[in-house]
Amino acid sequence: MLSNRHIMTMDDLTSNEVTLILDTAESLAEVNQRRIKKVPTLRGRTIVNLFFEPSTRTRTSFEIAAKRLSADGINFTASASATAKGETLRDTARTLAAMSCDLVVVRHKYAGAPQMLAEVMDCSVINGGDGIHQHPTQALLDLYTMRQSLGRLEGLRVGIVGDVCHSRVAGSLVPALRMMGATPVIIGPPTLMPARPDVLGAEVCYDLDEVLPTLDVAYLLRVQFERATRMPFPSNREYAMLYGMNADRLAAMPSHAIVMHPGPMNRGVEISADVADSPRSVILGQVESGVAVRMAAMYLLLGGAESGAAA
Amino acid sequence: MALLLKGGRVVDPAAGVDGVLDVLVENGVIAGVGEDLEAPGAEVVDCAEKVLLPGLADIHVHLREPGQEYKETIASGTRAAAHGGFTAVACMPNTAPVCDSGSTVRFVIERAEETGVVRVYPIGAVTAGQAGEQLAEVGDMVAEGAVAFSDDGHGIQSAGMTRVAMDYIKRFDVPLIAHCEDESLAGGGVVNEGAVSTRMGLPGIPAEAEETMVARDIALAELTGCRLHLAHLSTAGSLELVRRAKARGVAVTCEVTPHHLFLDEDSLVTYDTDLKMNPPLRTPADREAMVEGLLDGTVDCIATDHAPHAVHEKELEFELAPNGTTGLETALSLVNTHLVATGKLDWAGVCRVMCHNPRSAANLPEMRLEAGFPADITVVDPEARVDVTPGWFVSRSRNSAFTGASLLGRASDVLVGGSWVVRKGKVVV
Ligand SMILES: [Zn+2]
Repeated sequence: MLSNRHIMTMDDLTSNEVTLILDTAESLAEVNQRRIKKVPTLRGRTIVNLFFEPSTRTRTSFEIAAKRLSADGINFTASASATAKGETLRDTARTLAAMSCDLVVVRHKYAGAPQMLAEVMDCSVINGGDGIHQHPTQALLDLYTMRQSLGRLEGLRVGIVGDVCHSRVAGSLVPALRMMGATPVIIGPPTLMPARPDVLGAEVCYDLDEVLPTLDVAYLLRVQFERATRMPFPSNREYAMLYGMNADRLAAMPSHAIVMHPGPMNRGVEISADVADSPRSVILGQVESGVAVRMAAMYLLLGGAESGAAA
Repeated sequence: MALLLKGGRVVDPAAGVDGVLDVLVENGVIAGVGEDLEAPGAEVVDCAEKVLLPGLADIHVHLREPGQEYKETIASGTRAAAHGGFTAVACMPNTAPVCDSGSTVRFVIERAEETGVVRVYPIGAVTAGQAGEQLAEVGDMVAEGAVAFSDDGHGIQSAGMTRVAMDYIKRFDVPLIAHCEDESLAGGGVVNEGAVSTRMGLPGIPAEAEETMVARDIALAELTGCRLHLAHLSTAGSLELVRRAKARGVAVTCEVTPHHLFLDEDSLVTYDTDLKMNPPLRTPADREAMVEGLLDGTVDCIATDHAPHAVHEKELEFELAPNGTTGLETALSLVNTHLVATGKLDWAGVCRVMCHNPRSAANLPEMRLEAGFPADITVVDPEARVDVTPGWFVSRSRNSAFTGASLLGRASDVLVGGSWVVRKGKVVV
């Protein structure tokens, strides 16, 4: 069980709860290896995937997680044009509340939307990514992947490289790492830094090559050209020259260090193809962990042991 | 028909009065202010424990008529003004159509005569359609009764256009009211840029988006000699620029809103869209600088930037919701609660920042508690409790940043031209 009814931001979780989610995910991951990948744990519970922003990757991950726990999953793809039709986010929330579901996963283009829904609805809400704010289950699956690959979280030095200011992944990964005793370092041009990285608890560095030898993880962010109001650097070529992960840079990192990316990748911009496909890249592992971590989050939010054994 | 307001504390520094006095009103005009006045046949009103001020003026309101009557009308907006203790408002031209012609100015004035309950003074647009490209017919609007000019809602982005506007407007001896915001710096920002924008994942507006244009407009006012009034300043840096300009003798005045005086960005954590405004709520240090500037005279006046919006418009995602909070009805209670009751500001000070200074900044006629002036009087009950609930508002809209607050003091009775518009806290017209 978790002390909070929602997973809105990393602030909703304690470090003990994060560990509980990761441990639970580990036991649930076993289900994903079975021939019949399904347990009856959440039978009869209704989980709604409410996606206001297209994201096949995240939606599918939540959908599979719900199915493997035998929950009834409903996909509700609300177009952003609902607003144009005069229906507000609150109207949508009221409509869904009337259908009495148990858990809603919300993905939204704008920060704070999951919180608005939670105010109107009685059920649990998981923030599946809101604007440039947070994406807590992504942070949890990243922690899971790091713990699996490196054996621990405490004391790790994690470089988060690139478009930090437009990244909800960084928004939740930075506090998540701090919570678990790791050190987040955000790296990129000043034009891609948040206004006050100190309030998130991150060290700031503008020179990737300078810090690479000290990092256990290089976490590369996708450059979100679509969110920038004006081009934040001169060219993709120069960006790749200063901040792109390539074979030379990989070689400059400690031999145990891994490379991560939340996807989808701009190959040749923030990551070269050979690094993306190298054995030290755990990018596909992140995707795989996603299902187990989301199963754990759903299971623990919806009452855990009350509804049956984990696996 | 005569009215004798007996035994209230009458305060008006412009008239040189502050004491327990009587005020006699005859034929809509103040006939006398003094001790133990007698007026056989006059209606006598006991004002013991009340404070009598010259009618308060709010020179920055959005009445939404013409065009957006579902948010507010001149009728509902002026009733909200009266409810808050104001006897005069100056309304911004960002209506639909924009108030950028003599005929629209005329419409607002006529509509106010038909349906309004307090005095309404239209502010005309500086540029046609407030598009920032071509001067509006300023002279025609002055002839029809516009008191000042503003493209409020947006800053005039081009410095060259601003210079032309100031050069042209100065011959009418009316002020240009500037909304200072460099949109290329503000970008798509919706909150103050800093700790809160970072934590909440909302695009930020740096203080410099305001300050660079404040500096520019002060420089251009010096160049042209045009009277400049800076609307809704929100940062400590802006006030510092004004402080220095005033010290040099530049003809510049400025206003601060109650929300920038009494709220800061830390209250934003819930994504409450009623707290979304432009300029955004700034840091606690900025907020303190606003109060300090008000007390030391750098800030000339309080103006509410009353910006009504319908519920369905504010119920949107934070980034999509329109900017603005209503303000007419809570301003006086907020000032009393936070400044007067705490001993920071006396009633003479309230007269300065809510009656005399706003009137002179925006070219409104002077009001005094003195024989011969129109009987526009705000009677304050400083001990009344006000619980700000949605049902308490008279405005057509409910988007107040102060909903839920429990405040001290309110306008109990309001006279406009010798007629009651508010009695015992209730609008009666
Ligand atoms: Zn404005």
